[in-house]
Amino acid sequence: MMGLREWLRYGVPQLWLSAAAVTACMLMTLGLIGLVGYKGLAHFVPRAVVAFNYPGAEGPRLAGEFVAHERVPRSRVPDAAGDADPIQRSLLRRGNREYVAQEFVWTQDAAIHNLEYPHDIMVLERREWGRLYGYLRGYAAQAEQPFTTAFSHAELQRELQHSSALRQRIDNIERGSMGRINAALERLRIERRRLERRGESATRLDAQQQALHSEFAVLSTRLQTLYAGLRAPRLLLALADDREVQVPLANIVRAYQPNALDLVGQTALYLERLWEFLSAEPREANTGGGVFPAIFGTVLLVLIMSIIVTPFGVITALFLHEYAGHGVLTRLVRISVNNLAGVPSVVYGVFGLGFFVYFVGGHLDRVLFPHMLPTPVFGTPGLLWSALTLALLTVPVVVVATEEGLTRVPQAMREGSLALGATQAETLWYIVLPAVLPAILTGLILAVARAAGEVAPLMLVGVVKLAPALPVDGSYPFLHLERKFMHLGFHIYDVGFQSPNAESTRPLLYATAFLLVLLIIALNLTAIRIRNTLQRRYGTRSE
Amino acid sequence: MEGFSLYYHATQALNNIDLVVPRHRVTALIGPSGCGKSTLLRCFNRMNDLIDGTHISGRAWLDDLDIYAAATDVSTLRRRVGMVFQKPNPFPKSVYENVAYGLRIQGVRGKSVLDDAVEQALRGAALWDEVKDRLHDSALGLSGGQQQRLVVARAVAVGPEVLLLDEPASSLDPLSTLRLEELIQELKRDYTVVIVTHNMQQAARLSDYTCYMYLGALIEFNETEALFTNPREQMTEDYVTGRYG
Repeated sequence: MMGLREWLRYGVPQLWLSAAAVTACMLMTLGLIGLVGYKGLAHFVPRAVVAFNYPGAEGPRLAGEFVAHERVPRSRVPDAAGDADPIQRSLLRRGNREYVAQEFVWTQDAAIHNLEYPHDIMVLERREWGRLYGYLRGYAAQAEQPFTTAFSHAELQRELQHSSALRQRIDNIERGSMGRINAALERLRIERRRLERRGESATRLDAQQQALHSEFAVLSTRLQTLYAGLRAPRLLLALADDREVQVPLANIVRAYQPNALDLVGQTALYLERLWEFLSAEPREANTGGGVFPAIFGTVLLVLIMSIIVTPFGVITALFLHEYAGHGVLTRLVRISVNNLAGVPSVVYGVFGLGFFVYFVGGHLDRVLFPHMLPTPVFGTPGLLWSALTLALLTVPVVVVATEEGLTRVPQAMREGSLALGATQAETLWYIVLPAVLPAILTGLILAVARAAGEVAPLMLVGVVKLAPALPVDGSYPFLHLERKFMHLGFHIYDVGFQSPNAESTRPLLYATAFLLVLLIIALNLTAIRIRNTLQRRYGTRSE
Repeated sequence: MEGFSLYYHATQALNNIDLVVPRHRVTALIGPSGCGKSTLLRCFNRMNDLIDGTHISGRAWLDDLDIYAAATDVSTLRRRVGMVFQKPNPFPKSVYENVAYGLRIQGVRGKSVLDDAVEQALRGAALWDEVKDRLHDSALGLSGGQQQRLVVARAVAVGPEVLLLDEPASSLDPLSTLRLEELIQELKRDYTVVIVTHNMQQAARLSDYTCYMYLGALIEFNETEALFTNPREQMTEDYVTGRYG
């Protein structure tokens, strides 16, 4: 039997304590990721739709999806039915936002009668007004045509495909051809301004402008016909309370009969909705659709930040460690750099706005784009300024990690190089730098982890709720650093706390948060892989 | 080397040393720990410059080049005076790249030129047969003795006139030491060798001249045989016969 003193001496309790701490950390992390992942991924599962009779203001018949169940004390429900306590109630999502007072209603389970899962009830995901639950009653292909009632679900799917193909063509014209013409017209306008400022005649641009205008007119008429074709077809649907409503086909993203789906159909629908989330643009003020622009913006921001922060941090560390003396000034600089890591990130945002956006950007505009004023190009929040601000935020991390790496490079290795007649710069470049690359990557990993989750400073220097265009596209110069962009972190804030429809966006919020976590993990794993490869190639251990 | 002294901050590490190292001979520096052998060795290629707070007085010559003159280019000097350290310190690169490094930084680019130089240097260091099949593997995978010979090859590849060896065998096993000693005997045909060693037998076996140092001062310098069998100074005799301390 081990005495208490022995027990303490061998460090048994300390060991258990640290093991428990590690376990707690692991559990919390995994639990968080698990919860967010479960809730997020469950969002895309098609749920069964119920229809039932219900007395009271919302009745007489309701249809929709149950999204939550809870048990509450009787005293909290004003018009409690039955005599049970506590009361079991369920939150029903009944969609049809434009026809009902509340999209989400609490229903008491005791008052529900005739609950069924109608085989033919249909869910429409719409571009406006969210979801609609109803029964398909008819279809009209032309605006003034009466509805034909013989119209099956399969026919509807075909019409939807046709409609989305039409939309694709319209999109191509609007973003492709018309976008090009608009860009050309904008160039002409600027050219004209420039000539006028110099006092020269701009008449030679007239013909060009005329040609563009007429080309544009041709396209607009074509577009009008296409739009007419897109907007004409309508669906006739009956709601749960037998009201008949019309829905333009063009407004429908997706239509399905959830209760009629088998497992294959459900899986296909799940994957389709998941893919939409990852690849599509948001719609309806970010309450639906996908988050692709936000993913793209986040990744691009982190990449640009890495490109800026790595050389900056590494050069600083090299100078501090290899060249600078050991005086008071060096110590002061080192302490300042370390303290920079503790500055609240929103302060960086304010600094970025004041210095980068207004000072640097404003002056750039005055020098490079005087003909555009007063419209700012760089003198307004944008991707470049966000990347610079984040680079500033993360530079201490890179500096510290690189300096630690430099300390670990054996002095013997440097001497070996110097003894062969290499200069200090050559030694640094060929011997020290390769050996310290893994440490630099470690710094970068930490920087990325910090930057990717950062929201507060970005709100001041470039992130927007909805960006009209991605920062990368097919028009010169392809990478538009001055553009505003979307960001997953900000998207979470916006969807979660600024949304007009909090209840229906909550699962979307989980999905977005989960995606952000996955994205950061993916970025880090990539960096770790690169580091391990480098470590194998340039490992400094000589044993 | 005339009236050469070296100070580390206020401490004098080398005291007024006069020494002529004979060409194409092996000269051994012996003496108790802390006597300044390594420091003296590192003066020949100005490696002491790297240590903060060192300064010197007196002069040191390589032929008629004033080693410590302001106009002397340290890089050029170090190409003429190669050095091998106490512990093998190969770069974390391939065997080939280790040997080619010195030439590459001199701007040698041609592949065939480098190939030839690497082979010659490795042959010169009696390592070629052991590593010719793994020239492009990491040098860190070699054994300690191989690594030390690789470092010799690396130093030889840049074509120096003088080779400084700082206790090159101190971290090697007896067999590797033996091979290294054979190598040193080979090297003196082409190079002037200065070797620091703790091991008196090694000094006696290897060197043509031996120099005994004590507390930063040069006590005695003579042909090895004369110094070991018939030392002029009492201190030398005490040391070489093991009565020192």
